[in-house]
Amino acid sequence: MATTAPRRRRRQSKLQQAVDIPLDWLEERSGLVGATKYFLFRKVPRDSSWWHTLGSATLTAFLVQAGTGLILAFYYKPDPDKAYESIQHITNDLTLGWLVRGMHRWGASVFIILMFFHMARVFLFGAYKYPRELNWIVGVLILVTGMLEGFTGYLLPWDQTSYWATVVGININASAPFLGPFIAQFLRGGAEIGTDTLSRFYALHMLAVPGALFGLIGLHLYLVIRLGVSSPPWSSEGAGRDRAEVKPTGRAGLTRGRRV
Amino acid sequence: MVETKGPTGPPHGPAPSLWPLGFAIGLTVALVGLVLGSWSTVAVGAVLLLAFGFVWARDVATGHGAPPVVDEPLAPGPESARHTVPLRSDRDADALPVMEDEEIETYPRSAFLSLSTLGLGGVITGIVAAPVTVFAVGPAFVGQGEEEVDIGPLDDYPEGNFIVATFLARPDEGEVSRRTAYVRNNGVVDGRPSLTILSNRCVHLGCPVQVNGLSLEGQKKTVEVPEGPTVELTPTEAASGFGCPCHGGQYDTEGNRTAGPPVRALDRFRYKIRDGRVILTSSYSVGEVDGQGAEAVIKAYDLAMPSVHVDGPEAILYPFEPPH
Ligand code: HEM
Ligand code: FES
Repeated sequence: MATTAPRRRRRQSKLQQAVDIPLDWLEERSGLVGATKYFLFRKVPRDSSWWHTLGSATLTAFLVQAGTGLILAFYYKPDPDKAYESIQHITNDLTLGWLVRGMHRWGASVFIILMFFHMARVFLFGAYKYPRELNWIVGVLILVTGMLEGFTGYLLPWDQTSYWATVVGININASAPFLGPFIAQFLRGGAEIGTDTLSRFYALHMLAVPGALFGLIGLHLYLVIRLGVSSPPWSSEGAGRDRAEVKPTGRAGLTRGRRV
Repeated sequence: MVETKGPTGPPHGPAPSLWPLGFAIGLTVALVGLVLGSWSTVAVGAVLLLAFGFVWARDVATGHGAPPVVDEPLAPGPESARHTVPLRSDRDADALPVMEDEEIETYPRSAFLSLSTLGLGGVITGIVAAPVTVFAVGPAFVGQGEEEVDIGPLDDYPEGNFIVATFLARPDEGEVSRRTAYVRNNGVVDGRPSLTILSNRCVHLGCPVQVNGLSLEGQKKTVEVPEGPTVELTPTEAASGFGCPCHGGQYDTEGNRTAGPPVRALDRFRYKIRDGRVILTSSYSVGEVDGQGAEAVIKAYDLAMPSVHVDGPEAILYPFEPPH
């Protein structure tokens, strides 16, 4: 039996209330609902394109790293005698361990590559110009910190490749004049790579560097929201011309119009 | 029009200028000079760097080349045209309030409170941060000296060919401290045994160099040493030198660099013979070796990290080495 229209309407408004009441409660006490709406429904250039999604793609890759990394830490043991075995255990024995480890390992490269793509888009669009210079500088800090995250993470499997790659990486630091040898010795935790090297790389990789990255990304996004996203260089509207007239096609509001 | 948030009006920053380009070129030339070890190139780069840096800084400081600030309400007359950046107070003296009765200078409570909050916060931060920083950095630099290592009886090192010896540099740290040395017995000279003991740590960036020759794995043997962990000895045959798997660095049988990126000769170990056993005492870096075996003349230096120059002008760039 079909419900009558008024009853359906009443049920709908009840449903609406069930959603609204807790949201209103939250909004009144924190302003978080308004802030979220401001974030989600802020204006972006009409002619922003797929290129503008590279920043969010990088953010997604970073969050995937944070999530999979946390789970890997449930099972990983940062001890020279156990690290290699615990990685083998994750890969070969634990349910879907191979998948999560693979996501983290390949995702690390995806994250770095996407950062460079995003950076190239910002560069080629000239989006680093006034007033966004500071956000470019924050971006460069993110890039360096992100690569430090990759460097510290690479040692953790404690196999031949990771061990010698880290030896080489640390000694590249040592080759810098004046302070280089001291930075290298600090990274190593002593004159030679040893027990302390692995645990300090683990601490940096798990806590210090991701924490710095979270902070820097927060600052980056704050500036993106505060300054708005720039129009692409080919934008005629950005150049001050009138918006081209558009003939709607299909259902209004759902499909993109065709220019007339 | 797309609405863009943020400041409107002209950018508050230096005007476009070509000086930074010259500055960057100077920097590049100087760095390339450093890499090539050519001091004249470094000098040319440094001159460019300083010259362009000076004019750049001067332009920024004097506002030279900055776009004229157009102040809407005032039509740019001849007076404001003379100053690229018009000074408001020049034109309109009333813009600066004139204090008639000088107030008696006081030290307000709020200034005292903010200063003491800052000071107290600084002291607390210092008390916490100082030991933490020392703990973070100190252990990596304290107590790094090398320990003596027994690598077995001299009789296990027959004259002639290199023997690959692996041993624990710090037995208390376990297998992670296992190191490799290439030991060659040069025979008895003037009644004393002569050994050439090379470190296998590539002086390019630290990879393990390998023997260019036959490694007789089948004749590998383990030797018990008093400290507990064993020393492993693998004989080699017809070694023509050493090669690094990482970037192709090559060394001859004395450890001299013959090809590739390494910056000096292979490091060596000092040794002594005690009760017929070979004891490694410490290691040192080598610039170059003249001659062979027992007759070799070795230019010895304090142990340096891989990639660090021990002789030549580049050595100036590494005045201090952390303790080893
Ligand atoms: C973890 C790494 C990064 C994340 C998550 C990230 C995220 C974002 C996001 C979401 C945007 C919004 C616009 C867009 O997507 O294009 C953005 C814009 C921007 N990013 Fe990044 N970014 C990262 C790294 C970098 C790097 C390495 C640079 C440059 C050195 C950079 C410079 C900029 C600049 C200048 C903008 C403003 C562009 C505009 O307004 O059109 N970012 N970023
Ligand atoms: S580490 Fe040996 S050649 Fe680079």
